[in-house]
Amino acid sequence: MTTLESTAAKTLVEALAPAGRRPAVEVAHLRKAYGSLVAVDDVSFTVTEGEIFGILGPNGAGKTTAIECAIGLRRPDAGTIRLLGLDPHADQEQVHEIVGVQLQSGALPAKLRVGEILEEYRSFYRDPADIDELLDVLGLSAKRGDYYRSLSGGQRQRLSVALALIGRPRLAFLDEMTTGLDPQARRDTWELIEQIRGRGVTIVLVTHFMEEAERLCDRVALIDRGRVVALDTPARLAAQARGGKTVRFLPSGPFGDQLLTSLAEVTRVDREGQHVVVTGTGELVNAVILALHAAGVTARDVQLDSSNLEDAFVKLTGKNLHSEGVAA
Amino acid sequence: MNSLAWPRPRQLPLPGAPRGAAFGTIVLNEARLARRQPLPLIGSIGLPVVLMIIFGEIPSSGQVVSTLGGLTLFDVYLPIIMVLGLTMLTMLGLPGPLVSYRELGVLRRLSTTPVPPSWLLAAQVVVQFCVALAGLLIVNVTSIIAFGAADPKSPAGLALSSLLAIAGLFALGLLVAAVAPTSGSVNAIGRLAIIPLLFFAGLWLPRALMPAVLQDISNYTPLGAAVEAIQDSMQTGFPPARPLLVLVAYAVVFAFLARRFFRWE
Repeated sequence: MTTLESTAAKTLVEALAPAGRRPAVEVAHLRKAYGSLVAVDDVSFTVTEGEIFGILGPNGAGKTTAIECAIGLRRPDAGTIRLLGLDPHADQEQVHEIVGVQLQSGALPAKLRVGEILEEYRSFYRDPADIDELLDVLGLSAKRGDYYRSLSGGQRQRLSVALALIGRPRLAFLDEMTTGLDPQARRDTWELIEQIRGRGVTIVLVTHFMEEAERLCDRVALIDRGRVVALDTPARLAAQARGGKTVRFLPSGPFGDQLLTSLAEVTRVDREGQHVVVTGTGELVNAVILALHAAGVTARDVQLDSSNLEDAFVKLTGKNLHSEGVAA
Repeated sequence: MNSLAWPRPRQLPLPGAPRGAAFGTIVLNEARLARRQPLPLIGSIGLPVVLMIIFGEIPSSGQVVSTLGGLTLFDVYLPIIMVLGLTMLTMLGLPGPLVSYRELGVLRRLSTTPVPPSWLLAAQVVVQFCVALAGLLIVNVTSIIAFGAADPKSPAGLALSSLLAIAGLFALGLLVAAVAPTSGSVNAIGRLAIIPLLFFAGLWLPRALMPAVLQDISNYTPLGAAVEAIQDSMQTGFPPARPLLVLVAYAVVFAFLARRFFRWE
């Protein structure tokens, strides 16, 4: 079973982190209730500087509430929050200068032009980014003179990301940044995020896109009903979901299970009628095929089933993240 | 993709950075929006000018009417028209954008930046204040140049009365912005409130012709006090304390309530 971020895991993360890498986000025992509804219940996680950290969960899981508490928009009922060592309430002014935020479903005045909006928000910061460069990277250069109301959903979303980054933050919270984007725009935005992380910006990503989390995130917290149900790298979470990959094949002739169970990659061998199902990790297919070949057996009808983050989510919460997420 | 210049600031920024430029860019964009969505501008400047031209062209409006205290119909309606313009502005032009910013999430977005959302409110007040002053000036100057109205008896009194009328009405507009849940309800509240407000300003029945009880009530309504103070400044001299104090009281009370009830999200 996956653990909450235990003390041991924390020590490990700190040990592995390069020297000088400090925690960018520290959330400990965060709790927030609206009346009798507990939206966030004892949530703890730490994001290291330079990391892309994913917060994944179905609608109503408490992701947005957790983020709103973290950035100081809401006061938590309990728990402590530090952003780059600062308290989001007590050190509000400094936090706003170095933390960029893109909230879900925030619109802008219809009759302002893209360039005018960016110039306004740029003037809020002491050391802002260059508007032309930001527009270029986000693919909005041609839209600089257009009214906000004439932008497509994807363009509005990218402008919103641009506003979160215009102050050249050291830490950025992006809530559902690629919702409503077409696949190409989504991939472009991912590239941008990786580029910005390459400059040392820490990124906290709230998402319900598995592909996004698997592609971008160094670590992912799965949140369900206000709690962190798992926190690990996407690959390890996926591996835990099924105990690894499975290979299913039809052997050309009989062989003993011992042939495969002796392999380091194989954890178990099952027989389903004529078919053999091998569960394991690593370069499982190669190892199995090579061992069979050495014994003079050929594998036909080979099917590889590799579990992913989505399987991990279904297993941990009993919910289908994807179908609930798309509705948003 | 081009590379992005992103040198990381090593030092935490000092609090209390100069933010004058930031306020300037907000005001600039609010002014652009006011120009691009001109309905409130038309209501608060265009409508008074049109009304004044209509009154100016009615042949009898230039004749002295004894029941109006020896003034012409034009003299009596000029302050009412000025106050009408202010009312359109403060009931529609001021609260409309503020409520839509709350609806759109602009105030919420601002509260994640170094600039507090209250600055957007302040910028909106600055822009609409300029519109209000422009409207009053245009109506006054046109009345003198085009329709031969006399110069105001007390320019200082007129300036003070105008400023206090703006203050009282703007505070009312901010209160509407504070309590109106949606942009649609701003229009509904505005239309409902404008009728009695303008009635006591004397739009349908000049104050001089009102029965004593209505006149007494009018003296203590925001628009009644505004019309009284402006009319006195134009025709008699520096206005008496009562209408000025009534306007101050409204400004203070409405501003307090607006602040008390304003919802930022």
